[in-house]
Amino acid sequence: MSTPIIFNTLHFDQPWTLENYLKVGGYKALRKVLAEKMLPEAIIAEVKASGLRGRGGAGFPTGLKWSFMPRNYQGDKYLVCNSDEGEPGTCKDRDILRYNPHMLIEGMAIAAYTMSVKTGYNYIHGEIFEAYERMEAACEEARKAGYLGQNILGSDFEFDLHNHLGYGAYVCGEETALLESIEGKKGQPRFKPPFPATFGLYGKPTTINNTETFASIPYIINNGGQQFADLGVPNSGGIKLFSVSGHVNNPGNFEVPMGTPFKTLLEMAGGVRGGNKLKAVIPGGSSMPVLPGEIMMDLNMDFDSIQKAGSYLGTGAIIVMDETTCMVKALERLSYFYFEESCGQCTPCREGTGWLYRIVHRIEHGEGRPEDLDLLLDLCNNIAGRTICALGDAAAWPVQGFLKHYRKEFEYHIEHKRCLV
Amino acid sequence: MLSDQIQANIERELKKYPADQRQSAVMAALRFVQDEKGWIAPEDMADIAAYIGMPQMAVFEVATFYHMYKLKPMGEYTLTVCTNLSCQLSGVNETLLHLKNKLGIGLGEITADGKFGLREGECMGACVDAPMFTINNKKLCGRLTGEKIDQILAELSAGGQGGKQ
Ligand SMILES: Cc1cc2nc3c(=O)[nH]c(=O)nc-3n(C[C@H](O)[C@H](O)[C@H](O)COP(=O)(O)O)c2cc1C
Ligand code: SF4
Ligand code: FES
Repeated sequence: MSTPIIFNTLHFDQPWTLENYLKVGGYKALRKVLAEKMLPEAIIAEVKASGLRGRGGAGFPTGLKWSFMPRNYQGDKYLVCNSDEGEPGTCKDRDILRYNPHMLIEGMAIAAYTMSVKTGYNYIHGEIFEAYERMEAACEEARKAGYLGQNILGSDFEFDLHNHLGYGAYVCGEETALLESIEGKKGQPRFKPPFPATFGLYGKPTTINNTETFASIPYIINNGGQQFADLGVPNSGGIKLFSVSGHVNNPGNFEVPMGTPFKTLLEMAGGVRGGNKLKAVIPGGSSMPVLPGEIMMDLNMDFDSIQKAGSYLGTGAIIVMDETTCMVKALERLSYFYFEESCGQCTPCREGTGWLYRIVHRIEHGEGRPEDLDLLLDLCNNIAGRTICALGDAAAWPVQGFLKHYRKEFEYHIEHKRCLV
Repeated sequence: MLSDQIQANIERELKKYPADQRQSAVMAALRFVQDEKGWIAPEDMADIAAYIGMPQMAVFEVATFYHMYKLKPMGEYTLTVCTNLSCQLSGVNETLLHLKNKLGIGLGEITADGKFGLREGECMGACVDAPMFTINNKKLCGRLTGEKIDQILAELSAGGQGGKQ
């Protein structure tokens, strides 16, 4: 493996300290931006050239997103980091917060400079309190050392960053729900448009990116966008963190180039547990359609390859299931999750997720009816694309994916009132 | 009345937000009350509303929307177990069974001595460390085995912090 980019402090006993970050070239990119008084357009051009696409699930080009922020707006603007990672299977941002908080701070400071923003918030998933404390300490350390606050590194650039702890609501990962939550309200997504770049936090222009997206910025500034792009494959620039969980011998987060074969990642995670046969894989977090193991073994982990196979790269969270997995039971748990986490604003999502869960539940418990499978698909069609936020789609896609590839197993359950496996 | 400590903590949070956006500190305020008292009662919500200067109803909405707030006592140590897919695949059902047997309670219940409470949680964003629980929303204990659970419970019973991670 080449030297890691985001996990570049992991070899230290205390990877998270400012001292150690500086030893591996930390804050050099911010220093360069300020010393050379780099033009915002030049920075955005590098980010565009890097091919960096949002790591929060939707894969939106980061450079393009940054260019949407109104340049000459008089008044407050905000920068927000989405560390509300709660998409089942996904736990990469936690390791950035815990092990390389200063890389996130540096990336955000550069973004803030580019979009002339003075205040940033980092919204952290409630359950990872230790990561929140780590970030609070890192921000304090950065303030004392002059990387945050007024006159950063002796320049006239000013930016401060604050951490906001979530408290258990998956939907707050959706960017507008997240903004509502920072405002001290229920986390219910807003109608779009207006988009956050025009009406964001406290009604001001706001840019929201994922933790890993920001953490990729210092490398791009230090080495140029092209070099980052070249690490990956066309249309999927750079490196990516993949969380590999489920039925593997050595679950963990792995930093590899985009386009790395799934097979390689599976090996890095120690292979399927107990030498069992691979059955199925969810390639991008629980909302993405499941794919059969045989298909996955021939796939590379990048946006286009996964999409061609009928799923999405999403957050890059790989959930591995071996031959002992009951697909009905697995889907039952996911459907319960979306039902539980629906914010209840739109009828198709609020009612539909309940229907999905109850039907999969009755199939799992031997009370399924032959017409249930078509009913499930019908419900999915009535949810996906008909809601305020993408949680509706996120609830429908797993159902569609499981039925597409494992319909026989569901039919067996309905007919025999028990598992095939 | 909010204790001096809670008020000081809220003041520290308020500094993070614009002066005219005090409501942004409500999530933290509820958390501070819960950390001190173990759960949040309607009177606490009223105190928070008065302190921050927002409608009581708006505090109530926040307290009921986010799953990690406890609106009734859930034991001195609340253990919240993630049962979502990655954890399910990694044997959380056995973890739960072990906990239920050991504590003699089910999900949503508290032990007779009020020491432990058991809750089900959603994905904690730590899936590679499955199976896991959090203690009082603060400490996350992962890669649990029966032996490790027994050790953590013993430490907590003795008044310790439980499970170094
Ligand atoms: C229900 C739902 C949950 C989401 N959860 C997260 C999350 O935990 N982290 C995240 O970065 N993006 C999440 N997103 C995507 C965000 O809305 C947004 O696209 C992303 O933060 C933008 O950052 P990026 O462009 O850097 O990826 C979620 C979206 C939806 C619909
Ligand atoms: S799709 Fe679901 S979660 Fe999203 S706004 Fe509508 S009800 Fe809320
Ligand atoms: S599924 Fe349990 S922590 Fe993510």
